[in-house]
Amino acid sequence: MSEFKIVGKPIPRHDAWSKVTGDLKYADDFSLPGMLFAKVLRSKYPAAKIISINIHKAEQLKGVQAILTAKDVLHNETVTKFGQSTEVGKGFEGLYRVLADKEVRFMGEAVALVAADTEEIAEEALDLIVVEYEPLPGVFDPVEAMKPGAYLVGENGTNIIGEFGCGQGDIEKGFAKAEVIIKDTYKVPFVDHAYLETEGGIAWIDDYGVINIRVGSQVIEHFRDVADVLGLPHNKVRYIGTMMGGGFGGKEDITVETYLALLTWKTKKPVRLVYTREESILSHSKRHPFIMKYKVGAKKDGKLVALDAELVADAGAYPYLSPWVTLYATVNAAGPYCIPNVRVKSCCVLTNNTFTSANRGFGAPQPNFAYESIMDELSHKLNVDSLEIRRINCLTTGKALSTTGQVFKTHVALPEVAEKAWAALGEPVECKEENRKIGRGLAIGLMSYGRMTFLHDSSRSYVRLESDGSVLIRSGIPDLGGGQVSLLCQIVAEELGIPMSRIKIYYSDTALTPLAGTTTATRQTYMSGNATLKAAREIRKRVINKAAEMLNVNPEKLDIINEKILVNYDQSKYLPLVKVIKACNTAGIELFCEAQFNAPFTITPDLLNIRGMTFPDFTFGAQAVEVAVDTETGQIEVLKLVTCYDVGKAINPLSVEGQMEGGSIYGMGYALIEEVIMEKGITMTPSFAEYIIPTAVDVPDVKAILVESGGGLGPYGAKGIGEPSCSIIAPAILNAIYDAVGVRIKSLPASPEKIIRALKKDYFEK
Amino acid sequence: MEDYIVELTVNGERISSPVKPEESLLKFLRRNGFTEVKCGCEKGECGTCTVIINKKTVKSCIMLALQARGKEIWTAKGLEKQELGRKLQESFVNTGAIQCGFCTPGIIVTAKNYLDQNPIPDKGEIKKAISGNLCRCTGYKKIVDAIYAVAVENQKSI
Ligand code: FES
Ligand code: FES
Repeated sequence: MSEFKIVGKPIPRHDAWSKVTGDLKYADDFSLPGMLFAKVLRSKYPAAKIISINIHKAEQLKGVQAILTAKDVLHNETVTKFGQSTEVGKGFEGLYRVLADKEVRFMGEAVALVAADTEEIAEEALDLIVVEYEPLPGVFDPVEAMKPGAYLVGENGTNIIGEFGCGQGDIEKGFAKAEVIIKDTYKVPFVDHAYLETEGGIAWIDDYGVINIRVGSQVIEHFRDVADVLGLPHNKVRYIGTMMGGGFGGKEDITVETYLALLTWKTKKPVRLVYTREESILSHSKRHPFIMKYKVGAKKDGKLVALDAELVADAGAYPYLSPWVTLYATVNAAGPYCIPNVRVKSCCVLTNNTFTSANRGFGAPQPNFAYESIMDELSHKLNVDSLEIRRINCLTTGKALSTTGQVFKTHVALPEVAEKAWAALGEPVECKEENRKIGRGLAIGLMSYGRMTFLHDSSRSYVRLESDGSVLIRSGIPDLGGGQVSLLCQIVAEELGIPMSRIKIYYSDTALTPLAGTTTATRQTYMSGNATLKAAREIRKRVINKAAEMLNVNPEKLDIINEKILVNYDQSKYLPLVKVIKACNTAGIELFCEAQFNAPFTITPDLLNIRGMTFPDFTFGAQAVEVAVDTETGQIEVLKLVTCYDVGKAINPLSVEGQMEGGSIYGMGYALIEEVIMEKGITMTPSFAEYIIPTAVDVPDVKAILVESGGGLGPYGAKGIGEPSCSIIAPAILNAIYDAVGVRIKSLPASPEKIIRALKKDYFEK
Repeated sequence: MEDYIVELTVNGERISSPVKPEESLLKFLRRNGFTEVKCGCEKGECGTCTVIINKKTVKSCIMLALQARGKEIWTAKGLEKQELGRKLQESFVNTGAIQCGFCTPGIIVTAKNYLDQNPIPDKGEIKKAISGNLCRCTGYKKIVDAIYAVAVENQKSI
């Protein structure tokens, strides 16, 4: 094919207009006649025995249609799955409990479900359900929870639910060679996804007895889990995924779906359930807090010789994706650096805190913060500048990851991205105020795109060319706001030489669209992009071959541009696309195709000694910032923020920039203000008044620099960007704070209070 | 408690509906089909429910439907019919200021009302104007750019 016509162009997404007018119907915008309203009764205690649940009074309330507790759920306990169809071993499958039974493990855990004629009645019914609890001591600190004799959250005799390790060389010998050694402990807090659309959906039973669930979910493959809970065949539960008002990993676990299915099954009426903001913050997963002990050794010239890291992740009350996240953190723990001697040990531990699971970055932002802070310490200690120390240590194409030895066969844009980001900061902002100090920071990082290769991931997509030259796509792809669905339209438009407006896509429906896998792990551009490309190219080939036959020319001379099949790009010599379609139809040539794309498959690694390939590929990036620190108040203003990533190929530059800009600010919140504060398992920040996220006045004008190496595994050489984009901004900002005022903050967020305490240490220690 | 009848106009259309005294304007609007008015928090903290009432922006979740009796209300959907509203929508689409889109109707409503009163603001002023509207996806860059592009156009036509 010649140059791109639609791919690589900053074009509006196919659904943009429906969003600006508000026409698009999200999960909560859809009603059915006669529907009931559901509410969930949640635990007030983080750890308690349930002595009894009395629903008698609530049942008597007029308008209450159903009340369900654990005993009403056929299979109240199953195992967590996340769309994978491969056996990956016990280590990755934890307990999924629908409703609390006999005990509660975290505050906000679901205890009972109510469906009623109105929301108000449902709420009133919650107040009438009497639960008798016997509070238990619980355990809230993962390090405590690991100790022998600790309070046990689950039934397995230990709170440790996953242990991982990897490395290379010999760290004892490595440290012996080191001329400088830095040891530090870094901590990161719970954070919330804070998507603006809370979890919600509606379910009903159709004429054939199938439970239909219209819901905002990143993993529509959960239909199988819901069917298992109800004891139904998998094909009797259907998910219809809506466009989501943000997901960021928080809609990756099951949220409202099981509750909806149970209630609609019980009442035989449509049921709607939408979480309040408070309920959302209390009950859905959080990003894992980690405690990270690092020891890094280097030569005087800055060359790294050894790294030893111990990571402990707080899994909260149930496993969900904790083992997976911890594995990601383990593989990422040495960053994008060549270090001959490495040892990483990690584990995830149950506590009675809100459970933790996927959150944009999936185990990368945590170690990235630790190792990039240490790199900065090294650079100051050795007086090697920030860029140089990264330049002499970073991975390059053909090198191997220092943790697992996975070799980078695709392009590694290091140190290029770091040089570009650093240079783009330009001249420093001038500042004459006594109390305002300016500083700069840099961080580089890598993050995988595509799921772990031992999950044997695949995606399918269906494309059909209609007789009038319009196109229909069907893909199970969920869209959480990143433009995943629109991207497929763009690929097909490119391949079939038609405008975006001629395409209609049906998405995210487990009954009618081929399953495309989860919108997680930054995998959709790569996986569903490739599946769709494969289907579109197959149809393209058939059309071109037919046209070649009709024109009696070599197919290689043909291209489809603007709904015409041109010979040698000669505008005067062409066949209209519809004419060729007609000819294909007459000849019985199929103008539809369902294609499957498979990622590379590997076997489940030895988890204590992970070696070789665990991910299909990685995205590399750098972020550079300039901050101003107010030495009187501890306030930090981010003045400049540059984000530079090798995205392989920006299929839609507007969407890619959007990810890079949005990801930067998502990460800036993590660095400076965000924290779900849990005191002994009680969430103290259950609203946007307490859980603060960045507003428009808090943010700098983010400068996004796109490097397009073409070296990715996605369509046209694209790489994934959604999650990598947010995973290194925190250390860049904290390094800049150090540069400004000489204070090294080792626990996120770097709040004004922490800054002031560090700056006025003498005063506070008096 | 008994129901009251509330009469008001939304996007130029007269609406009359019985309400409970405690019903918020947000719930009232959504119940009457104006689902472009989104619910992100119900506590006045996120701005997704923003509407224009008599030339002022209001977070409809913290106003009672009863308080809006007789008022003239505009939502994002209604702005299609107004030149500035349409321009803003177009600018959001072309700039790529939309990701999940959940914040978009509220922000466009806020921006429209602000530009009506301050047709040629700079970027800093735009940021202040929309600081009551949260967006979790975009990092605000393209939203500010989209609004600024309309302001620049306004300047040209003055
Ligand atoms: S829903 Fe009204 S401000 Fe959030
Ligand atoms: S676009 Fe998702 S919240 Fe703004």
